[in-house]
Amino acid sequence: MHYTEIMVRYGELSTKGKNKKDFIKQLGKNVRAVLHPFPKLEVKAQRDRLHVALNGEDDKQVIETLKGVFGIENFYPSVQLDKDMDVIKQTALEMVKEQYHDGATFKINTRRQDKHFEYDTNQINNMLGDYILENVDGITVDVKNPDISIRVEIRMNGAFLSSEKIHGAGGLPVGTGGRATMMLSGGIDSPVATYLAMKRGVKIDMIHFYSPPYTGEQALNKAKQLTAVLGKYSGNIQFIQVPFTEIQETIKEKVPEGYLMTIQRRMMLRIAAQITKNRHCDGVFTGEALGQVASQTLESMMAINDVTTMPVLRPLVSMDKTEIIKISEKIHTYDLSILPFEDCCTIFTPPAPKTRPNLEKSRKFEQYIDVEGLMKKAIDNIEITNIKPGEEFLNQNQDVFAELL
Amino acid sequence: MIYFDNSATTKVLPEVLDTYNKVSEQIWGNPSSLHNFGEQAFNLLEQSRKQIAGLLNVHPDEIYFTSGGTEGDNWVIKGTAIEKREFGKHLITTSVEHAAVRNSFEQLKQLGYEVTYLPVDNEGRISIADLKAAIRPDTTLVSIMAVNNEIGTIQPIQEAAELLKNYPKIHFHVDAVQGLGKGIQDQIFNDRTDFAAFSGHKFHAPRGTGFIYGRRGRRIAPLMNGGGQEKNQRSGTENLPGIAAMAKAIRLVLEKEPSAVETERQIKQLIMDHISKFDKVTIFSKNDDTFAPHILCFAIKGVRGETIVHAFEKQGIYISTTSACSSKDHAESGTLNAMQVPDDIATSAVRISLGDHNTLDEAKQFVKVFDTLYEEFDKLS
Repeated sequence: MHYTEIMVRYGELSTKGKNKKDFIKQLGKNVRAVLHPFPKLEVKAQRDRLHVALNGEDDKQVIETLKGVFGIENFYPSVQLDKDMDVIKQTALEMVKEQYHDGATFKINTRRQDKHFEYDTNQINNMLGDYILENVDGITVDVKNPDISIRVEIRMNGAFLSSEKIHGAGGLPVGTGGRATMMLSGGIDSPVATYLAMKRGVKIDMIHFYSPPYTGEQALNKAKQLTAVLGKYSGNIQFIQVPFTEIQETIKEKVPEGYLMTIQRRMMLRIAAQITKNRHCDGVFTGEALGQVASQTLESMMAINDVTTMPVLRPLVSMDKTEIIKISEKIHTYDLSILPFEDCCTIFTPPAPKTRPNLEKSRKFEQYIDVEGLMKKAIDNIEITNIKPGEEFLNQNQDVFAELL
Repeated sequence: MIYFDNSATTKVLPEVLDTYNKVSEQIWGNPSSLHNFGEQAFNLLEQSRKQIAGLLNVHPDEIYFTSGGTEGDNWVIKGTAIEKREFGKHLITTSVEHAAVRNSFEQLKQLGYEVTYLPVDNEGRISIADLKAAIRPDTTLVSIMAVNNEIGTIQPIQEAAELLKNYPKIHFHVDAVQGLGKGIQDQIFNDRTDFAAFSGHKFHAPRGTGFIYGRRGRRIAPLMNGGGQEKNQRSGTENLPGIAAMAKAIRLVLEKEPSAVETERQIKQLIMDHISKFDKVTIFSKNDDTFAPHILCFAIKGVRGETIVHAFEKQGIYISTTSACSSKDHAESGTLNAMQVPDDIATSAVRISLGDHNTLDEAKQFVKVFDTLYEEFDKLS
C-alpha cells in the first residue's frame, strides 16, 4: 500500500486548554523541521490534528521520521482517493487483505465532512462492510474490538482511507517546555538524559567541555555527532563548546589530589550555569545517575551543586545502567557513545577520588585558584555551532568517498 | 584482440584504477593511526566494507579483507581446522576444487587430518547423497566451490546448505571466486553458508585484493598474526587503495550483472551451437542454470589443448587450457579427470571464459576463426 497522506493525532497536548494553540503551532514547526529533507510534502497543523500530504515523497521514510517527534500520540498513514464508491471499495478490500489472518474481525469507521456526498455515513459503512464480507472468506464484523479497523473520511478534497495505527513518541512538543542547557560529555548517559528532557518539551542547548590537546578532535566530533542524532527528536541544536584545558591544568597544579574531580565538576557546573543564565535558559540538565561513579554520590552532588542556585535537573537520577543502555540503543546513540575517544572527564582522573567530599574543604581548596578569571576566560572563548539533524561529523569525507567508491 | 580468458583474470576498469590511484595519492594514511590523516583512511576502509556488505546483503562486520581468493580459501580451511581441532579432524570437500582449496586440504592431510573428496558425475557435479554419506561425527568442515573454474558447473550449494542444517556444528565454506556477478549470489549467500571466499581481480579490481564473508558467530583461527587489523582476524596493514577500488568494482559489476549474464549466455550459446556441429568436438559445459553463464569448456579430439590455445592466440584470440593456474605444469584437467573423461580427450580440452565486456560480434569472429583452425587441425590428426 502506498500512502499519500499521514494524519497525526496530538498527544497529551489535547488537554492543555488555552495553551493549546501554542502547542499546536510548535508541533507543526517541529514536524516541518524534521521533515525538511522531503521538500515536496506539505504539513498542515489544524485544531484537532495535523495533516502531512506526502505529494510523492517516500512514505516509509516519513513514517520512520515521524516516530521520533515528541507530542505525537499516534498517526495514521492514509490513501487519498477519488470520491467514487467503487474505488473506495477496492482500496478498503486491499487494506483488509493486507492485514487479514484467519479468524480476524473488522470494522468500518466512516466520517463524512462533505455533506453533499451521495451516501451518508451509515450507508457507506454498510456498503463497504458488505463488500468486504463478500470478498474475504471467514472474516466477521466486530464493532467493539476489531482486529482490523478501516477509517474512511469523506472530505471536500477526496476520500481518505487508513487502517494502520502507528504509535508516536508521546511526550510534549519540544519547545513548549521552555529552554535549558545540557552538559553533554559523549558517554552513554548524557544523550539519554537529553532525550528524556526533550520528551517533556524542553528545547536543549548543548554544553560540551573539551581539553585540547588532551582530548582529540575526534572526541569533539563524537559529541557533535551525538547532537546531530539527538536533533532528530528536536530539530536544530545549538552546540556550545567550552575550552577547559587551562582550568584543568590549573586545578591539577594547585588542588589536592582527592579533590581534583570535585573542584573540576564545580567549575564545570559554575560555567554551565553562567552560560545558561546568559542565554536566558532556565535550567541545567545532566546525565548523572545516583551512585554510578565518584562524582555521582549524594555527598558529591551536594558539594558540586553548591556553586549555583540554577536548577540542576537529572532525569536519570534513579535509573539503572541497564535501563539507560536500553534507551540509548533505542534512540541510536549507544554505538556512538561507546567509541573509545578520551573526553575531558576521563583525563586527569585521580586514582582515588573522594566519594564523600567535604563541602567546606571543597570551598577552601577552590580558593587556591582564580575562579572568576578562569571562568571568564573560558566563557569568552566558547564556540557555538548550529547542528542540524542527521549532519555528519565523524566521517565528513563521506561524500568525497562516495565518489571514490 | 578478443579476450576470452576472464576466469584467469580480468582487466582493471579505468574507473576502478582511478580510485586506486586517487586513494594511493591522497588517502595514504594508515587506518590504524590515531591522527586524523589515519582516521580518514579508517573511515574510507569502513565505508568500503559497508558498501560491499550492502551490495551483498550481509552485515559489514561479516566482511574481512584478504589478498585474494587463494588466501581466503587457505584461511577458512586451515583456520577452521585449527579452531575446531579439538572437535574433530575430518574434513570434506569435492574432487573438482581449485588448487587453492585442494592443496590446503592436502597440507592438512600431512598434518594428520582426514579428508574426504566427494566424487562428481559426468557434468562435474557432486551428489547430496554422497555428501550426506561422507559426514561423520568428527567432521568440522564442508568446503564446496560455487562455480567450477574449468567447466563452469554450478554446484548444488543450496541443497548442501539444506542438508547441513541438520549438522549445525559443521563449518560450511563456499569457494565463490568464480561466482560473483554471475547471477548466483542468492545461492552463495543462503542461510547456512558460513564462509565464502572472493577474489578482486576476477571482477575488474586490481590483483592482491579479495575478501571473505564470515557469518557472525562463526570463528576461525587467524593465519596472519600481527597488529590486530580486521578485528584481530587478519593482521597486516590494510591495502586501502585496493580495497576501495574493489568496493567500486563490485558496485559496477553488480550494476551490470543482469544484462551481462544475458549477453554471456547468448555468446556462449552462439559458440556452442556452432562448434557442436563438428565431429571431433566434445563440449563439457551446458548453457542452462546448472552452469555458470561465462565458462565454456570443449575439446578437439587429437589436438593438444596448448596447440589450440596458441593457434587462437596467433589470430588475436585469447583462451586457455582448462585452468590458467595449472596450465603451465602441463597437467591435464583435474575436473575432467574426476569426471572420468579419457585422458586423450582431457588433454585436448580448452576453456573459453567470458566477461561482461565481451560482445556477440566477438563470438561471430571467434567461430569464423574456429572454422579455419578446425580445418587445419583436421589435416594434422
